Amino acid sequence: MRTIGYNLKQAFLQIGRNKGMSLASVFAITAMMLILGLFFVITVNVNLFSEMLKSEYDEVEFFLEDGTDADEAQAIMDKFENEPGVQEVAFRSKDDAMKIMKQRWGENGYLLDSLGDNPLPDSVLVTVDSPENASKITEAAEGMDGIEDVKYYKETVEKLTSITDSLQIGALVVMAFLIVVSVVVVSNTIKLTVFARAREISIMKYIGASNWFIRGPFLVEGIIIGIFSALVSAGVTYLIYDKIVDIIGTDVMTILSCPMVPATYLAMNLVAVFAAMGVSIGACGSIISMRRFLDT
Amino acid sequence: MITLENVTKTYSSNIGLEDASIHIDKGDFVFLVGPSGAGKSTFIKLLLKEIDADSGSIVVDGQEVTRLSNREVPLLRRKIGIVFQDFRLLPKKTVYENVAFAMEILHKSRKQIKKRVPQALALVGIPDKADKYPDELSAGEQQRVAIARAIINKPSLLIADEPTGNLDPATADDIMDLLNKINMSGTTIVMVTHAKDIVDKMNKRVIAIESGHIVRDEQGQYGYEMAQDDVKEEVFDDAYDRL
Ligand SMILES: Nc1ncnc2c1ncn2[C@@H]1O[C@H](COP(=O)(O)OP(=O)(O)O)[C@@H](O)[C@H]1O
Ligand SMILES: [Mg+2]
Repeated sequence: MRTIGYNLKQAFLQIGRNKGMSLASVFAITAMMLILGLFFVITVNVNLFSEMLKSEYDEVEFFLEDGTDADEAQAIMDKFENEPGVQEVAFRSKDDAMKIMKQRWGENGYLLDSLGDNPLPDSVLVTVDSPENASKITEAAEGMDGIEDVKYYKETVEKLTSITDSLQIGALVVMAFLIVVSVVVVSNTIKLTVFARAREISIMKYIGASNWFIRGPFLVEGIIIGIFSALVSAGVTYLIYDKIVDIIGTDVMTILSCPMVPATYLAMNLVAVFAAMGVSIGACGSIISMRRFLDT
Repeated sequence: MITLENVTKTYSSNIGLEDASIHIDKGDFVFLVGPSGAGKSTFIKLLLKEIDADSGSIVVDGQEVTRLSNREVPLLRRKIGIVFQDFRLLPKKTVYENVAFAMEILHKSRKQIKKRVPQALALVGIPDKADKYPDELSAGEQQRVAIARAIINKPSLLIADEPTGNLDPATADDIMDLLNKINMSGTTIVMVTHAKDIVDKMNKRVIAIESGHIVRDEQGQYGYEMAQDDVKEEVFDDAYDRL
């Protein structure tokens, strides 16, 4: 207990008396964490977008041949009801389809009136749980009696998922790279601090201080600097992101029909992720940077 | 207190010590003299296990130093007080904290530290400097702090490597009085020096080393007439040692 108190006190004293170096360390870690935070925020949102995308394009539509009666339609529906991955099967009459199309066309809906007879077919809508199962259903339905055509945004979904997937992989690679860079930067910054105190360390050893006694305050110092940087980075990231959601959140919603992850939801994750990173970066940094000075 | 038996330490091409045997009793006051490069620093570094002997036995306070593991080295050093020519105080700690540090290493309680540090500062004659930083003190005062730090844990052995090398003669005399007082209280003292005046005046046991060999061991005089140039060279040498 006394040892913890001693290390804390010494660490704060060291930080106070080496304000420049401590500030430089905080600066370096914070800069890295802000960039990490940017990618973190992007990843979380792309993730959400890709989930939304998958759940939105989860419908396969069978257009029924002209003249298919209700029994035949019901037979088709019954057939697919129990296929794996099917969540819901619904019938859409040609009239309903026309209503929906008119709605979608909005102001230009009157153009459809000139068609006279409704040219749209009846259809069966199958809701599935994944793009994979949607593909299977599509294959099974194609060429079936009573089914004229099968519509599924297979290519669109596949393209979009592959784009979001590579975006996420890219973000992860950049994040991993940045973590490595920040450990190097931090251990170098702390190495400068330790180097500036190499003489002090050698004096302590002459007096009979053990390696852990010398290391303790530096370790605690690194951890304090790490936590402090984490809080600063998390705070700044939160504020900036909150502002961004405020400004473009609605636009994103209308354009991509997908909401942005709210800042408050991110806050705890940000603090937790940054704090864990700050502690390990600070601790690793100080232990790595002191190794050379303590190996007598 | 210290017993060296047939100790040899060679550096890549130079001889540090060669087949040296020395015995120093508890309570002794010993001057270690000799020209530059004789092996004096080697002797002290061996006692502190800063370097390892090639052969021979080194016993300090009943402990075989050559057999200590790296882990045990701090324990050895806690039993030995050390004073250097360049003081080696921790620059970012106050006088009080510098002296307290030696007790903190031993995990002494705050209460004990609060009691003992002022006593030690009073003993070395600077009771009013506790809150100063080393760079606010004169050279003599800094050396007093270093001595206070060296004796705060009541070591049985005090090693002083040219403790008066950076001091003017009057201050040097004060420091010698202080060391004498410490010796009187039972602490063994081994002091490396080039100060002929001091050695002659103190009339203690003098061990002279040349080229790694003990060439003289008797009570009395310094025994060398040192040209001023040699002294300078020696000071330069020691400064170089520390780099
Ligand atoms: N680290 C070292 N590497 C090589 N030679 C050394 C080293 N340290 C000391 N020596 C040599 O060992 C001899 C004794 O040196 P030292 O013990 O420092 O002498 P003194 O302290 O009496 O001047 C000298 O010849 C010196 O050059
Ligand atoms: Mg020397």
